[in-house]
Amino acid sequence: MTDSKYFTTTKKGEIFELKAELNSDKKEKKKEAVKKVIASMTVGKDVSALFPDVVNCMQTDNLELKKLVYLYLMNYAKSQPDMAIMAVNTFVKDCEDPNPLIRALAVRTMGCIRVDKITEYLCEPLRKCLKDEDPYVRKTAAVCVAKLHDINAQLVEDQGFLDTLKDLISDSNPMVVANAVAALSEIAESHPNSNLLDLNPQSINKLLTALNECTEWGQIFILDCLANYAPRDDRESQSICERVTPRLSHANSAVVLSAVKVLMKFMEMLPKDLDYYGTLLKKLAPPLVTLLSAEPELQYVALRNINLIVQKRPEILKHEMKVFFVKYNDPIYVKLEKLDIMIRLASQANIAQVLAELKEYATEVDVDFVRKAVRAIGRCAIKVEQSAERCVSTLLDLIQTKVNYVVQEAIVVIKDIFRKYPNKYESVIATLCENLDSLDEPEARAAMIWIVGEYAERIDNADELLESFLEGFHDESTQVQLQLLTAIVKLFLKKPTETQELVQQVLSLATQDSDNPDLRDRGYIYWRLLSTDPVAAKEVVLAEKPLISEETDLIEPTLLEELICHIGTLASVYHKPPSAFVEGSRGVMHKRLPARTGSGESTESPDVGAAAGGSVPEAAPSVIPSQGDLLGDLLNLDLGPPSSTGPPPSSSGSMGGMDLLGGGLDSLLGGDIGGSPAMGAGFGVAPAVMPASLNAPMGGGLGDLFDLGGGVGMPMGAYVPPKTVWLPAMKAKGLEISGTFARRAGVIQMELTLTNKAMSVMTDFAIQFNRNSFGLAPAGPLQVLSPLNPNQTIEVSLPLSTVGPVMKMEPLNNLQVAVKNNIDVFYFSCQYPISMLFVEDGKMERQVFLATWKDIPNENESQFQIKDCHLNSDAVSNKLGASNIFTIAKRTVDGQDMLYMSIKLSNGIWVLSELRVQAGNPNYTISLKCRAPEVSQCVFQSYEAVLKN
Amino acid sequence: MSPANGKEGTAFHISLNKCECKNTNRLSSPPAKMIHSLFLVNSSGDIFLEKHWKSVVSRSVCDYFFEAQERASEPENVPPVIPTPHHYLISVLRHRIYFVAVIQSEVPPLFVIEFLHRVVDTFQDYFGVCTEAAIKDNVVVVYELLEEMLDNGFPLATESNILKELIKPPTILRTVVNTITGSTNVGEQLPTGQLSVVPWRRTGVKYTNNEAYFDVVEEIDAIIDKSGSTITAEIQGVVDACVKLTGMPDLTLSFMNPRLLDDVSFHPCVRFKRWEAERILSFIPPDGNFRLLSYHVSSQNLVAIPVYVKHSITFREGSSQGRFELTLGPKQTMGKGVEAVLVSSQLPRGVLNTNLNPSQGTYTFDPVTKLLSWDVGKINPQKLPSLKGSMSLQTGASKPDENPTINIQFKIQQSALSGLKVNRLDMYGEKYKPFKGIKYMTKAGKFQVRT
Repeated sequence: MTDSKYFTTTKKGEIFELKAELNSDKKEKKKEAVKKVIASMTVGKDVSALFPDVVNCMQTDNLELKKLVYLYLMNYAKSQPDMAIMAVNTFVKDCEDPNPLIRALAVRTMGCIRVDKITEYLCEPLRKCLKDEDPYVRKTAAVCVAKLHDINAQLVEDQGFLDTLKDLISDSNPMVVANAVAALSEIAESHPNSNLLDLNPQSINKLLTALNECTEWGQIFILDCLANYAPRDDRESQSICERVTPRLSHANSAVVLSAVKVLMKFMEMLPKDLDYYGTLLKKLAPPLVTLLSAEPELQYVALRNINLIVQKRPEILKHEMKVFFVKYNDPIYVKLEKLDIMIRLASQANIAQVLAELKEYATEVDVDFVRKAVRAIGRCAIKVEQSAERCVSTLLDLIQTKVNYVVQEAIVVIKDIFRKYPNKYESVIATLCENLDSLDEPEARAAMIWIVGEYAERIDNADELLESFLEGFHDESTQVQLQLLTAIVKLFLKKPTETQELVQQVLSLATQDSDNPDLRDRGYIYWRLLSTDPVAAKEVVLAEKPLISEETDLIEPTLLEELICHIGTLASVYHKPPSAFVEGSRGVMHKRLPARTGSGESTESPDVGAAAGGSVPEAAPSVIPSQGDLLGDLLNLDLGPPSSTGPPPSSSGSMGGMDLLGGGLDSLLGGDIGGSPAMGAGFGVAPAVMPASLNAPMGGGLGDLFDLGGGVGMPMGAYVPPKTVWLPAMKAKGLEISGTFARRAGVIQMELTLTNKAMSVMTDFAIQFNRNSFGLAPAGPLQVLSPLNPNQTIEVSLPLSTVGPVMKMEPLNNLQVAVKNNIDVFYFSCQYPISMLFVEDGKMERQVFLATWKDIPNENESQFQIKDCHLNSDAVSNKLGASNIFTIAKRTVDGQDMLYMSIKLSNGIWVLSELRVQAGNPNYTISLKCRAPEVSQCVFQSYEAVLKN
Repeated sequence: MSPANGKEGTAFHISLNKCECKNTNRLSSPPAKMIHSLFLVNSSGDIFLEKHWKSVVSRSVCDYFFEAQERASEPENVPPVIPTPHHYLISVLRHRIYFVAVIQSEVPPLFVIEFLHRVVDTFQDYFGVCTEAAIKDNVVVVYELLEEMLDNGFPLATESNILKELIKPPTILRTVVNTITGSTNVGEQLPTGQLSVVPWRRTGVKYTNNEAYFDVVEEIDAIIDKSGSTITAEIQGVVDACVKLTGMPDLTLSFMNPRLLDDVSFHPCVRFKRWEAERILSFIPPDGNFRLLSYHVSSQNLVAIPVYVKHSITFREGSSQGRFELTLGPKQTMGKGVEAVLVSSQLPRGVLNTNLNPSQGTYTFDPVTKLLSWDVGKINPQKLPSLKGSMSLQTGASKPDENPTINIQFKIQQSALSGLKVNRLDMYGEKYKPFKGIKYMTKAGKFQVRT
């Protein structure tokens, strides 16, 4: 006899029949009926109509029946709150039952009934249960506090349950301790600023003791809690590590990974020459390897985390390459992850093995896997120089198989190899060209076109090849179109005689027949360049390209630091900052390393929105008048009649190509473009960076155009820069906003002037910021109390906080703002002087300064010149000091004053600087060192702004 | 991922009517911790059981899972972590059932996966098998178990010893007895182990025959390349125990060669300090079946390869025939026989059919899935088993370019491949003399030969 009988239904109404049975006098029948109800519930049938009848069965001394009714209650109480009150009395009574099992069950169930009215009745029984003599009841009650907090946080605080919970951390029973920690951690997550889990050496000691004795799940809670602790010194750090290490041998993989997290984090504090440091490194490898022999789902999570660990500390697993070799019947998601790690671990020592494996994988059946394997061969070539030759020949072998997707993938990676080792492997171009016709994927086509354009002088029929692509120009994807445009321009600059027609054709296709702004802009840029100054064009378009870096997909270091602190979490699986998962709660900052400045940049981010969007200009909603005009100019071009003849090109054309251009190109060029050669040169930046953006082809013209103006838009005026118009009235239905930023008495202020230039009254103002680099957010609402009448102007000061969500912006100090009023919502972007983020306690100790300066790697140092500044070093020091740039020491060498200064940003990043002032020389040299070098440029601008005003 | 605020991607987000409100109130509902709900999905994509520990999450959340299931080429290729706009789905596939856990915020995924494994193990333990039919037949017990295993998303009781005291496993006899006496299968007493220092063992255990059996089982995973040399080989070993001893026995188990075990995971009952210091396993065992330890002998050590394969699978350009030859032989078996040998291989898609002759055993070829499997049985070193013959290809098709991989399964009784040997087993704390027994076995895990 099995439970499936509960599913059989009769023709008569099922609910009706159950109702009758529930009200039966016979205990047995009642129980059977409740079981039937539960069975229906499990398969998602709605049996809530039976609520009163089931609740009536609750008063029973039969434990099984009681449990079943409780199960039912938990499921349906929310939909029947008034009925649920009926159950309260029984709960209260059960909480005093002599049997601890019943007491615990009652308190547990009450917490699961998410009905406000019930929670009030819950407080007294819960208080008793938290102090119950039986630890089983106490541990259940601890969890119940978290449940109650979820329903009504205020109530929990008012009733003092949080303090009781904190006391339970010192309970004699390890299970109670573990549950109290779990409950507190959960509560703390919704209260990011509270110090509920106030960890000190004493409480840490208690946790470590409980760690040895509690259940595996409790161990996970305790370890995760320990990971948030900041040890005072390396000795404490070592002693915690020693006590956590045995957890690495636990059978539960979640315990192991949580222990790895604690160790990886605290290791950071240990001196590297310590023996124990080496021991610890050795101890970390075996448990990680063991995780890979577990079930595939566990392997997947483990591999994602190992990916982080090998980026942070490659030495741990450097000898374990073989465990990452792919097995034929691994699930695909495991295979792909293993491949990634194989490449990360590839080195000169093991490259032969790795290549042999990769070649093997490239003949497998699964298309995704094969593609990634081919790509991996290319990455090996780029990473391990000694292997490049073998990689290329392996790739050629693979191209010979003529398997379509293998060929395409191989061509894409060969393009990268060319970029890394120019003038070395071009002999293979002939083989590549043979496969031209089989390419049907945009990326492969784009790569091939790039190769043809780049090496046009070595390919005899380059023009024919490119011309064949041009036929279907409009059917190609943007990526291919952009590439084709650039390639043909390159070809033209290399072989001007034969390809004039071709270049005219592509320029007109790009500029006149295309709807794509990127393509059109790039077309115009080339057009203008070619017509104004072919020499410059050659310099720009055929400029030597920077070599691509070895590892293109490394996680940004600050993000990596953060993710290491979150090993074992979803963040670590997705390689995204934890703030992306829990809005409002802020990630635990790594103690010894600067706080993060950017996020969401993970190259492997599965976030489709960000990845697929590529670098589609983010600046779209921003309104920066000067640039808008520039853009307008450019766009106006194609309105001009093409027949009008412009002035002759300003350059007399030392290059043969110019003469050959003749009137042909000229006549195509409309308007008086020739008059602005400077502008043409400025635009030349775009094609120069273009090859670098091969992988993100959308990052074309428009984005670059906005970037161009970035430096100009930066307020240079004064320490408190003069107000600038951020939002012109014509763009905001009559609302004009101008403003600036200031730091006054330690508070960052956004000072706004709102002017109503419309005919009607404006009310209901509100403001919000998009996520930005330093987490700026309004600290209060926008105080516009009275309505704004037509032609009225009002000055508002908005205090800002730096605890908002963080996202790296480009430029770093860009801020996107939305302002709302009764009419509409308006968006604009502005840039704030980074100096307002310099905090008052930014003066570093001399010793610390010295140590930190040495500690920051030299590649993070950047040098700038400040020109035309006529201050002596003391005046400089005073002036900077007023802006929280503190002088720590001064040294005079050969009549040159060296000032050493420190700055601390609101997110904890330190910037150290050395300023050299020579008497009589108005030009100062400044060197900036910072762990997050991306801020240097902004900081320098602040120096300049402060000193010159 | 925060629920219900739609702040995904880089879209500029502004909540207009709430512009004035403070930052803290951004979440429309408080984040729910830990495992929120569980859905069981069968291989045809039907949800046949759902359990919610907090508020009810609509089944429609599983649509994201079904999408992933459809995209996956094989059932086991469904990714274990799937993001949806407001939830994450973490799933495991066991016994052809997907156990899909729904979580709403940051939870360690391994925690969830380990818990799901525990659920599967418990079902198997209770019902003998973990199948859709068994779960449906015992749906109320399943519900009681799930409720007991997780409270508010926190694991409560996951040790089989404790669960069995709380909820008695269903047996035919008990069902009959319950119906007659009206008693229930829910325990009335607080499980004794729940809070003691040895939470894994119940008190008051009594047996007339006291016995302790240990099985040392090793699985070898290996990849052999076409020339027969080992690319990688490693051993996953476990020591499983079945201990039925009265009272509170305290056992010690020592090995002849404990230095083999440098990468081990222990059952919580093992005293880690003692192992660190003396390399002796000292423990108070749980009652019944449990895994005492698992270990891993890595590719760094030399791993003996017990069988070898001679193969020649060739296709000629322009011919519609291919040759297939395979011979198996014992290699390093420590003098023990290799049994239960099963060879399987996924032949290239171009192969229409095969015409092969096994020297022993039986072979089958499925022309649809192209799976060749040959049940060899025992390897006789005097007369090596072989499988020879021809394969027919589609006429005119080009020569297949994939190289089939050969998977081999086998067993070797009475030997652990790594050479691990138990030295002695002693019992303290109780007076009686138990029966003791130790068995060794080696099996092939993922043993692959490339051609």
